[in-house]
Amino acid sequence: MTAELVRGQNHTLPQTRLEIRVSAGTPVVAGATLGDENGTVRGTEWIAHPGSPQLPGLEVSRQAAADHRLAVDLDALPGPVHRVTVLLALPTGVGGPVRFGAVASPFVAVTGLDGTEIATFTLTGLDSESAVTALELYRRQGAWKVRAVGQGYAGGLDAMLADQGVPGAAELAHSIQDAVTRATARSVAPPPPRTPGADRVAPGAGAPGPVPPPDGHRPAPQPPEPIAEPATPPPGATTGGPINYAHPRRQSTAPPPPPPTAPPAEPGRPAQPVAGDATGWSMDERLYNQIWGMFEDLARTTAAYRSAVDFAESRMGQELDRTLSDPRSRIGGAGDRAREEARAKRDELTTRAREALDRDLAQLVAEAAVVEPALPAAFAGWDNPVWHAYRVPMEIPMALRIGDLHLPENPALHIPLLVRLPLERGMWIDSGRTTSDAAALMDSARLRSLAMECAVAHAARLLAVYPADEFSVHVIDPAGSAAGALAPLVRSGALAGPPASGAGGVASVLAHLTRRVDLVQMAIRAGAADSLPPDVDTGEQLLIVNDFPHGFDDRSVTQLRYLADEGPSVGVHLMMVADREDASAYGPVLDPLWRSLLRVTPVADDHLADPWVGHAWTYEPPRMPPGSRVLEQVLAKVAAARRPRRP
Amino acid sequence: MTVNMTKGQAISLQKSDGGTLTAVRMGLGWQAAPRRGLFGSRTREIDLDASAVLFADKQPVDVVFFRHLVSDDGSVKHTGDNLVGGAGSGGDDEAILVDLQRVPVHIDQIVFTVNSFTGQTFQEVQNAFCRIVDETNGQELARYTLDGGGQYTAQIMAKVHRAGNGWQMTALGNPANGRTFQDLMPAILPHL
Repeated sequence: MTAELVRGQNHTLPQTRLEIRVSAGTPVVAGATLGDENGTVRGTEWIAHPGSPQLPGLEVSRQAAADHRLAVDLDALPGPVHRVTVLLALPTGVGGPVRFGAVASPFVAVTGLDGTEIATFTLTGLDSESAVTALELYRRQGAWKVRAVGQGYAGGLDAMLADQGVPGAAELAHSIQDAVTRATARSVAPPPPRTPGADRVAPGAGAPGPVPPPDGHRPAPQPPEPIAEPATPPPGATTGGPINYAHPRRQSTAPPPPPPTAPPAEPGRPAQPVAGDATGWSMDERLYNQIWGMFEDLARTTAAYRSAVDFAESRMGQELDRTLSDPRSRIGGAGDRAREEARAKRDELTTRAREALDRDLAQLVAEAAVVEPALPAAFAGWDNPVWHAYRVPMEIPMALRIGDLHLPENPALHIPLLVRLPLERGMWIDSGRTTSDAAALMDSARLRSLAMECAVAHAARLLAVYPADEFSVHVIDPAGSAAGALAPLVRSGALAGPPASGAGGVASVLAHLTRRVDLVQMAIRAGAADSLPPDVDTGEQLLIVNDFPHGFDDRSVTQLRYLADEGPSVGVHLMMVADREDASAYGPVLDPLWRSLLRVTPVADDHLADPWVGHAWTYEPPRMPPGSRVLEQVLAKVAAARRPRRP
Repeated sequence: MTVNMTKGQAISLQKSDGGTLTAVRMGLGWQAAPRRGLFGSRTREIDLDASAVLFADKQPVDVVFFRHLVSDDGSVKHTGDNLVGGAGSGGDDEAILVDLQRVPVHIDQIVFTVNSFTGQTFQEVQNAFCRIVDETNGQELARYTLDGGGQYTAQIMAKVHRAGNGWQMTALGNPANGRTFQDLMPAILPHL
C-alpha cells in the first residue's frame, strides 16, 4: 500500500534497498547529501551529484533529466551516516526554466527494487525556488524512515548546500551545474514544441553547441551539433513594462497576399508542388517555412526508413540465431530453408521501406526543384540567377542561407540551411582537420585557405543582404596570411577598414568593438539610445578573426571572450576562422567561446543534427560556380551603395 | 455512422463509401467528477494523458505522449497535453493524429492508452470517452466510453493494427494502473 505523504509526514521503510524515482515536467538535477547523527554533512565526499555520481550505497544520475532513478542501499552507507537528503535543482546555464513555480510539480516516489511504491510525495506550492530538498531518509532507533520535506531555496543549489553546512557550498554548486551543462550540451536538443495550428515551425537559434572535452583535446568524433530551433521568449519575460498585444512574429496587421495555390492534382497522383506553399505573412516567410517544412519532412521520412531497416536487420539476426541454436536445423535442408526465409523477410521489408522512402524523396525533390529558383537572394545559392540581378536591399531579410544539408540516403537532395537574421550567435569556420573524409584528403594549408575563402563568402552574403551601412565587417589577420582570400573584400571597399595586422592592430580593433558594445549596452539599459556619441556605429558589426590565437595576448583573448558573450545581444558578432588545436594552450577557458559559436566547415562534414530526430546531416558551404565573378559584382554594388553616405 | 464499441470488438477502418482511410484521430475527452461535500463546486483537476505506442512485431519502437509529441517518423502526432480536461463541452481534450499512409512499413500495431497523471482513479472522472475520427472529414467512426469508474488509474483503450492492405481497430478497454505509458508496458504486451 502506497503512502501518499504530505509535507512533514514520515513513513517507516520496510526495506533498506530502495529506488527513489523522480519525475518532473522538465529536466532537473538530482543529488543527495549524507549527514551524521547531528545532521552535519562531513565534507564534499558525502555528497552525490552529477559531477561525482557514486557514493557507497548511493548512486545518482550524471545529467539533468525529467525522470531519475536513484539507487539507495541503506545498509551499504558508511556507519556514521544517519541521514540521506534527496535534493532537486533546476539546471542553470542551459536556458531552461529558472524557478520551480514555472514548471509542473515534481513527483518523487520511494520504491522497492521491484518497482512497488512505498511512499510518494508531490512537491506542490513551489514558486521562485530553484532548488528544493525533496525527501529525507533518516535512521531512528535503528530503523530507517522517510520524511517528505519539500523545503525550497530561492537562492538555488548553493543556498541549499550552505544551509546544510557544506563547506565551500558556492564552488560546489557551481561545479555541479557545470557538470550538468557539459552533460546537457553533449546531448542533442529535444524536439522543439510545435506551435499549435502551424504545421511547420519557424526556426531561430539558441541551442548549446558541441562541447569540448574537459581536457581540451579534440574529440575523435564530434557529436553532431543541434541546429537551433526558435527560442521563444518565456511568457513573463516582459514583466514590468506595458503588455505588448502584438503577435511577436507578426510584422504588420495588413492581410497577407493570398498564398499561391497548387493546381488541383490529377486523381491518383500527388499534388504538384508549388513554391511558397506554407503559412506566412509574406512570400519570404512562406518560403522560409516551406524550407523548414521540407527539412523536417526529410528528417522524418528518413527516420521511418532507417527504423524499418534496423528492425528488419535485427529480426533477421534473431531468426538466424534461432536457426543456429536449433539442433533440428543441422540435419537436412531445414536450416538453409529457414535462413533463406529470414533473408527473404528482411529483403521484403527493406524493399517496402525503400519504396516508401523513394515516394517521399521524389515528392521532396520535385518540391525543391520549384522552390530553389523562387528563392530570394538571401535564401539562394550563389549559382542562382537572382544574384546576377542583385540590388542593395532596403530591409533586412528574415534569414540567410549559410550552406546546404543532405543525408546519405539521397545526397542530391539539398536542403538550404537558413539562419535567422539578425544573427543570434557568431560563426566558427573550422579550419582544422575534422573527422570528415573531405578534410582528411586535404593538406592543412589548403584547408586553412579554403576556410578563409568561406569566411569571405559568408561575410559577403551578410554585407549583401543588409541595407547599405547597416552592416560592417572588421577583419583581424595578424600575420597577413589571408591577404589572398580577403582580396575581394578589400578591393571592393566594403570593409570598415583595412585588415588589422600585428598585435597592435588586434588590440585596436578589439578595443574599438568593446567600446561599441559597452556604449550601446549602457544606452539600452538607460533607455537613452539617442544620447550615444555620434561616432558610434549602431549598425550590426561582424569581426572576422583569422589565425587565432596568433597575435593575441591574454588581454586580447579576454576581450574576445567578452565580445563573444556580450556582443550578440547588441549586434556585434564573431566569425572565427580557426583550428581549435592552435588554441589548445589556453585549455578549457576557451570552451565557452567555441561552444557559443555555430560551427561550420569549409568542406563537407556531417556534424549538424536536426532538432527533431537528431540525424547527422552533412553540411556543405555555399559553392561558388567555377569562374563566376558574382562575388565581385555583388561586393562592388554593396560598396557603391555605401560610398555616397561616407564623409 | 458511429459505432458504439464494446470491449474486444474489432472494426475495419474503412470509409463508409468503401475507400481506405488515410488519417485518423484518436480523441480523448473527460471531466472531473464534482466532489460531494460542503464545497461541492470545487472539482479537483484531473490530468488524463493519451499516449500511443508503436509496435513492430511486438517490440515497442516509438511512443507518442506528452513529452514526445511527434513520432520520429512524423506519422503520429499528439496535439498537446491538456492538464485539466474539458469543462463540459464534450469535445476532444487531447487528440492523437495518425497518418496511416505514412506509418513506417514495419510498424504493425499502434496501441492507445489513457493514464491518470495526477493519480485519481477513473471513479473521479466523468463523461470520459475515447473516439476514433476520420480526420479527412471529421466523421466519427467509433466511440468507446470509459465508464464503470473502477479503482484503476489507466486504461488500454484500443489498438489499430494492419489487416491486409488496410487497418483495423480493436477496442481493448482493459483497466490497468500506472502514471505514464511506461508503467503500462507489461499490461499492453498480452494484447499484441
